[in-house]
Parts: sequence; structure tokens; C-alpha cells
Amino acid sequence: MLRADSCYNGSVIPRTIEELQEIARTVRKNAIEAIYRAGSGHPGSSLSCADILTALYFGGVLNYDHRDPKWERRDRFILSNGHATPAWYAVLAEAGFFDVRELFTLRDLGSELQGHPDKAMADFVETTTGSLGQGLSVGVGMALGLRQKGLATKIKTVVLSSDGEQNEGSHWEAVMLAGQEKLANLSLIIDLNGMQIGGNTEEILQLSPLEDKYKAFNWEVFSADGHDFSSLLSNFSRFVEGKKPKVVLCKTIRGKGVSFMENSKEYHAKTLTETEYQKAMEELTG
Amino acid sequence: MSESKSMREAFGEAMIELAEKNPAVLVLTADLAESIRLNKFKERFPGRFFNVGVAEADLVGVSAGLASEGFIPFACSFAVFVPGRCYDHIRLSVSRNQANVKLVGSHAGLSNPGDGASAQSFDDIALARVLPGMTVIVPSDAVQVKQAVMAIAEMVGPVYLRLNREEVLVLPRKPFEIGKGQLLREGKKVTIVACGAMVSVALQAAEEVDGEVINMHTIKPIDEEIILESVKKTGKAITIEEHSVIGGLGSAVSEVLSEKLPVPMKIIGIEDRFGQSARSYEELLVEYGLTKEHVVSSCRELFK
Repeated sequence: MLRADSCYNGSVIPRTIEELQEIARTVRKNAIEAIYRAGSGHPGSSLSCADILTALYFGGVLNYDHRDPKWERRDRFILSNGHATPAWYAVLAEAGFFDVRELFTLRDLGSELQGHPDKAMADFVETTTGSLGQGLSVGVGMALGLRQKGLATKIKTVVLSSDGEQNEGSHWEAVMLAGQEKLANLSLIIDLNGMQIGGNTEEILQLSPLEDKYKAFNWEVFSADGHDFSSLLSNFSRFVEGKKPKVVLCKTIRGKGVSFMENSKEYHAKTLTETEYQKAMEELTG
Repeated sequence: MSESKSMREAFGEAMIELAEKNPAVLVLTADLAESIRLNKFKERFPGRFFNVGVAEADLVGVSAGLASEGFIPFACSFAVFVPGRCYDHIRLSVSRNQANVKLVGSHAGLSNPGDGASAQSFDDIALARVLPGMTVIVPSDAVQVKQAVMAIAEMVGPVYLRLNREEVLVLPRKPFEIGKGQLLREGKKVTIVACGAMVSVALQAAEEVDGEVINMHTIKPIDEEIILESVKKTGKAITIEEHSVIGGLGSAVSEVLSEKLPVPMKIIGIEDRFGQSARSYEELLVEYGLTKEHVVSSCRELFK
């Protein structure tokens, strides 16, 4: 199986595109199952960022040691849109941070796998998220700290965010400071599935032109197809270049991989019925 | 008469002294370096000073990130902004994370007279106190500010440190320990618990009413023992703080007494009002009843 031993000398061995697609399918399946068993969760976002997360952890992008989540040479990763965590937990399980069966303790009392990533409950969480607009600030602090320690060229700080999170003013405080400080060791990925709780992002608080916004704050901007591994990997390879913080705008589909969830308003936060669960599993089982 | 010195001056000096000893210490501010007397620190340690701009949420998050990387960040702003303005960021990125961030709220209470209500904080102790795992310290004078700064750098975990802006009477130096109230004056008729600039007001009042004065610089975790020991003797308690009567020192003391030793008690502070402009700090203290006379008359009410 494509699990455990994903890291070698602390450096992750990149998988082929076919292997990545296979891992992502498993991630989607496990995330949906975890949400179903938990009785609540966020399927739409979990499905839209599954490929991004798979690319990060299995495409040779992030350095980590699944046996030691606090390994000091690890790349720092923050899931700022914390509600997408079922997918992140599913990727961590595939990477060997914990047994895949633990995945189904999502949201259980006392579980490491809290409904949103919680540093107090799990040692693989860099910072507690679930309240939008905080993750990038913490990422800026980590990137600054690593630079202070002379590790800016050796350790990456990567933050995953969502389009809904762009609504939060505090996120933009961090964007401004990162640009000001020329934090080249900080990278941001945005899952642009075009939707938020109330509907389409462009109808609620228009983000476009988003690329122009980040450029105006002195970031380098890239665009990727959030469901195409070649596109994701070639863009993520830019993380180690340049003199500015980088953002990769990833066009995705909310609910991607489960036909009745794709672009549906209903599946942001949902308790899945047995029927929905069975149908989703049919589609996600290869 | 003893000297007066401003807490913010003392803070600026203390940070330099601390940073000289401890290389992990950093200072961050949301563009209030001059007001909080941090410019000398910036000159002395330019690589360890960060102005994040007028962005208090970012101030807190960035500090949390730095703490995660092993630094000891002091995140400095006015008490009206930190904790109030960026509260959710403190709740999660600092308190839930148990990040080793030292939040500093200066110009607390009425000590920013001219600027008016938007600059006068009466809720910061209440807000900080209710966060799990947050240590809350309100030094009484310039000497205690320095002691507090050194002590909070030694301990691991989030801290809220409250500073006054004006010059405040310097009290005789005593050993400082986080979580241990200081018995400053023995007395028989009433226990007066005070914090910050109100400690010297309490001492003045105590002379007239045979009061026992406790400097409760650490509001959380509060020193229950010293309160109970004193109140067992006196049978009456008064608190005074430059803060709302809701949720601050008075509430913390009454939480202890109501459960363990209920006695007649009076909480003196800002009576659920906002601040306002004035030409002087002293005028405001009178307007808002934070005076020796008010403490004395309140004690006499309790004696009836």
C-alpha cells in the first residue's frame, strides 16, 4: 500500500501522477467516511482540497517525518481553513502519522482528531485553526522566526487557505506584512472553489481580481488547476524560488469527486445520510 | 515624599535589560513604539524589534508563530486594543495554543486622559482573566514592572501584562513572585485588595481606617490564601482597581470569598461606564471615584 515509509532521510519520495491520483481517491473516500461516521463535518471543502493536500504530502513538496511530527527540520504546514480538516487528517493517515482507523475517531470526545485542527489535542497541529483569518498571521510569525534562526532557505512555511477566508480583514494584515518583510520562505495556497456558506463567493464579497490584489501587496502570484497534479506540482515547485512570498491560486470544484456534491450549495457543512454516504462511496471506490 | 515614575518608562528599560540577558526575547508592536517607550529597544536591538503596523490581529498571530519557533515575543499595544480588539486571535492562536506570548497592554484604565473613551480601557483585565491558561499581571509601580517583566520571561505560557501610562508613586521594593499577593500593610478592621496604580490609593486610605493592604499584582492565578488569611482576621473586604467593577480584580476576589469565606464586601472601580477626555489623569480619578476618600467612606459603610 502507498502508506508509511513515505519519508526517507526526512525527505519525502515523490510519487507518480497515477499514484497521486490513487492516493487522492483514497483520501476522499476516507474523509467522507470519517465525516459520515462522525455525524458532521465539511465534505465540500474536504473534497475540493484533497488533491492539493495529496500533492503537498506525496508530491515531494513538504519535508516531514511521519514518525516525529515535531521534527525540527520539518516544513511548517498550516491548514488555515480548518474546516477542511477531514481531508488533511486523511492525508496524514496515508502518510503514516497515525493509523488509518484512528481517522474514524474524528470529532469523538477526547480524540486527537478534533472537528478543526487543535494544537492542544494533537502534536501534528502547528496552530489551532477553525476561526478564519488567523492561520496566515501565524505562518508569517513562523517564517519570520525561521528567518531569524537563519533557516529561511532550509525550511518552508506553507499555509492553505480558502476563498471564503479572503473575506477576513485580519488575513490581509498578514498579507501586507509578508509582502513588507519580503518573506520568500512563506507560501500560501488558496483553494478557490468559488463557494462559501451563503453561496457563490463572487455574489457575497467579490474577490476578483484576486491575482491583482496579491500582486499589489508585493506577492508573487501563480495560478493552478486544483485538480491537475502536473499543474499543482509545477506551481508548488516555485515555493523555493524568488524574493517574495508566493501564492498559488488553485481553481477547484467544491465537492469534487462526488457528483451530487459538486458545486452544490448544500454540502459545506453536512450530516451525511446513509444514502448519501453509500452513493459517495460507490463513486469514490475505484 | 517618594518619587513617581511612569510604568511605561520602566517597561522600555526593563525590555532592554531583559533582552541583554535573554537572546530569545523579541519585541513586537502595532505601531506604538514611541508611546510604549520601545524606541530605545529598537535602536539597541534592531533585529529583534518588529513593527507590524496598525494591525493588532496580526500582532497576536505573528507573535504566536514566533513563539512556536522558540522565541519569547512581547506583543505590545494599548490595553484598549490588546486584548479587546484582537480577542479571537488571542483566544485561539495564543490561549488555545498555550503559546509563550507575553501580551502587553499599556495606557490602561484612565491613564490616557486627553484621548478620551476610545483610548481608556476598563475591560482588559476581565477579558484576559476569562481565557484559560492566561496569567494576568497588573504591576503597581515602576519597580514592580521590571520585576514582572523578568518573571514573565522566565515562566512558560501566555501572559497579559497591564501597564499604566502616567507617573505613579514608587512603593518600597518587595520580593516579587507571580501568583503571590504582597501584604503591604497590616491592619485589623478591613482587608483592602488593590492592584496597579490603586495600590498607593489603598495604602493612603488604610492609614485612616486601620486597613490591611494586599497588593494583588497577579489577578490570575489569584492568591487565595493571602486573601483568606487576611479576611479571617478583619471580617470585611474592599477591592479597588482602575477597571470596571464587573469582571476584574473585585470579581476575582469575590469569587474566592463568596465560596470560601463570605463577608461584607465592596468592589470599587469604574461603575459600568465609559471613559472620557480630561486635561489630567487626576481629574479623571476623582470623576470616576478612584480616590482615597471614596475608599475611606466605603470602608466606613462596611463598618456600620
